[in-house]
Amino acid sequence: MLEIKVKKRLGSFIVDVAFSTGVAGITALFGRSGAGKTSVINMVAGLIRPDEGYITVKGRRLFDSAESIDIPPEQRRCGYIFQDGRLFPHLTVKANLTYGMSLVPRSERYVSYDQVVELLGIGHLLARRPAKLSGGEKQRVALGRALLTSPSLLLMDEPLASLDSARKGEVLPFIARLPRELAIPILYVTHSLDEILNLADMVVLLDSGKAIAEGSVEEVMSRSDLQHFAGNRDAGVVIGTQVEKRDEASGLTALRFAGGVIKIPLFDVPLGDRVRVRIRSRDVAISLSRPDKISVQNIFPATVEEVAETAESLVDVRLDIGCPLLSRITPAAKADLELTPGQQVYALVKSVAISRGSSNGIEEEN
Amino acid sequence: MMELLILTPLEAEALRLSLWVSFWAVAASLPPGVLAAWVLARKDFPGKTLLDGLIHLPLVLPPVVIGYVLLILLGRKGLLGEALYNALGISFAFNWKGAAVASAAMAFPLLVRAIRLSVEGVDQGLEAAARTLGAGPARVFFTVTIPLVVPGILTGVILAFARSLGEFGATITFVSNIPGETRTLPLALYTLTQVPGGDAGALRLCVISVIVAMLALMASEILTRRVATKMKG
Repeated sequence: MLEIKVKKRLGSFIVDVAFSTGVAGITALFGRSGAGKTSVINMVAGLIRPDEGYITVKGRRLFDSAESIDIPPEQRRCGYIFQDGRLFPHLTVKANLTYGMSLVPRSERYVSYDQVVELLGIGHLLARRPAKLSGGEKQRVALGRALLTSPSLLLMDEPLASLDSARKGEVLPFIARLPRELAIPILYVTHSLDEILNLADMVVLLDSGKAIAEGSVEEVMSRSDLQHFAGNRDAGVVIGTQVEKRDEASGLTALRFAGGVIKIPLFDVPLGDRVRVRIRSRDVAISLSRPDKISVQNIFPATVEEVAETAESLVDVRLDIGCPLLSRITPAAKADLELTPGQQVYALVKSVAISRGSSNGIEEEN
Repeated sequence: MMELLILTPLEAEALRLSLWVSFWAVAASLPPGVLAAWVLARKDFPGKTLLDGLIHLPLVLPPVVIGYVLLILLGRKGLLGEALYNALGISFAFNWKGAAVASAAMAFPLLVRAIRLSVEGVDQGLEAAARTLGAGPARVFFTVTIPLVVPGILTGVILAFARSLGEFGATITFVSNIPGETRTLPLALYTLTQVPGGDAGALRLCVISVIVAMLALMASEILTRRVATKMKG
C-alpha cells in the first residue's frame, strides 16, 4: 500500500525512516512527541520535501529522489486530517466539505457527498461556519472534507489530541468505521496507547526519527524490549481476544485468547466480536501456588521466560501464558519467590485492572 | 436658508473630480498593492529591503518631491511619459489621470501596509490544507488567501481612498491646478484661500471634505463589522 524510505534533515534532527503498510486498515505511527511522526506524514502529503528516498502509494511513485519525481501535494490524492482541524473559517461547513470534492473528476469519486454526511452525522451542521462548531464536530467535518476528495490514503495527525474525552468519543467511532466501510487505508499518528488499542491494526514505532519496530499491535506493544516507549506506568502487553460469554449474574465478560479465557467486567458487546485488552505490568502479580479464596478473577498458569532488571531498579518478569505477559515486581519479591526462567508459576490479574479496546475497534456509545 | 445645502457648480465639479480621481487611484493600485503585500509578507529575496523602502518612500518624503519625480518620469517630455504617449497614446500630463497617478503613489504605502499585516496573519496551515485537498497554488491564493485577507484589503482601500481625497502637494506639482481636470477638493480650497472674498467658499469646501471623509470611515467600519460577523458564523 504505502512504501516509504526517506531521509530528511531538519536542523540538527534527522528523520530516517523506512516502512511499509498493509492494503487496508489503520497503521498507527506511534512514538513520543518529537520522534518525527508528523514530519513523516508531511513528507507523504508533500508538505515537506525529503532530502532523499522514495514514497509509493498504491504502486504510484509520489516522490523519488533518484528519478527526480516530486508530485505536488494537490496531485497526491492523500487526504490529510490535521490535529487542529484547519477548516476554512470563511466558508460554511457545506462549502468546506465540497472544497476538495469539486476538484475531483466524477469518475474518480468513490464516495458520495450524501454518504459522507450520513456516515459522519453532520447533516445538521451544513449551514454553519466552523467558528460555531464544537471540537468534535470540527474534526468530523475535517474528516468528511478529506474523505470527499476520494483519497487513496488518509493521513491523520493526532486527530483526537486536542479533544477532551467526551469529544473524543464523538469522533473515534467514525474513524474506526472507515477502513471497513470505505476500504481506505489510514496512516494514523498518535502517542496515545488507548487510541492504538481501539483503532490500529498495525503499529510502526518511531524513535528519534527512526522506525524501530513494525508489526501487529499485539506483537509490537507486547515486546518487552520496547516497553519504555509506553512509559513507566503504562508498560504492559496487548492481547487480542474474542468475546465468548457474557454472564450477567457474575458481572463478567469472558474473552477467549490463545492461552484460555480472560474475565473482565461486564460490558455490552455481541458474542464473537474481537476485542483487544491491555494488561499493565504493574497490575500482574505472581504466585508460586494457585491461590484460593482470593478476589482476583484471572489466574493463569504461566512459565517464567525471562527475569530482567529495569532502569528503575525494579524487576520485569516475562511470562508465557499462551501469549506473552509481563509482570513488574520489586527486587524483594523476586528474592522471595527465587524466580528463574523455566519455572512454573501463576499470574494473577484483577478483572477491573484490565483495560479494553472497543469491540472491532468501535467503542460502545453510552 | 435651503440654498446653503445646494452645491454650487464649482463645488460639485471639485467633489465629483475628487471622488473620480480617488476611485481610480485606489482601483488601479489595488492589484499591484495586493501583489506587493503578498511578496513582502511571504517571500525572501535579495533586494527585499530596497523594494520595501521604495514602496514606503512617499510616506516620508515631502509630497512635492513625489510630484516632481512623477513630472520627470511621466510628464509629456518625461523619461517614460514620452515613450508611453508615442506607443500607446496614453498621457498623464495635466489631466485627471495624472492626478490619479499622483494620488495612487502617495496612498500606495498605506494600502500595502494594511494588506501586508493581514497576509502575515493568515494561517499558512490553511493553505497547506487546501493543497492536500487538491487545489494548486493559484487556486489556493484566490480561494483561501485572498478571502482571509479581505479585512486587510478593506482597511487598506479605505485608508488609501481617504489619503487620495486629501492629496495636494504631489498633484499640484505634477499636474497643476486645472479646473475640471485636476482641481480636486483640496486644490479648489487652496485656490479659494488665494483670492479676496473666498473665505466663505473655502469654509463650505472644508465642511464638504469633512462629510466625505466621515462617510468613508463609517462605510469602512460597517463593512469590517459585516466581514467579522460572517467569519463568526
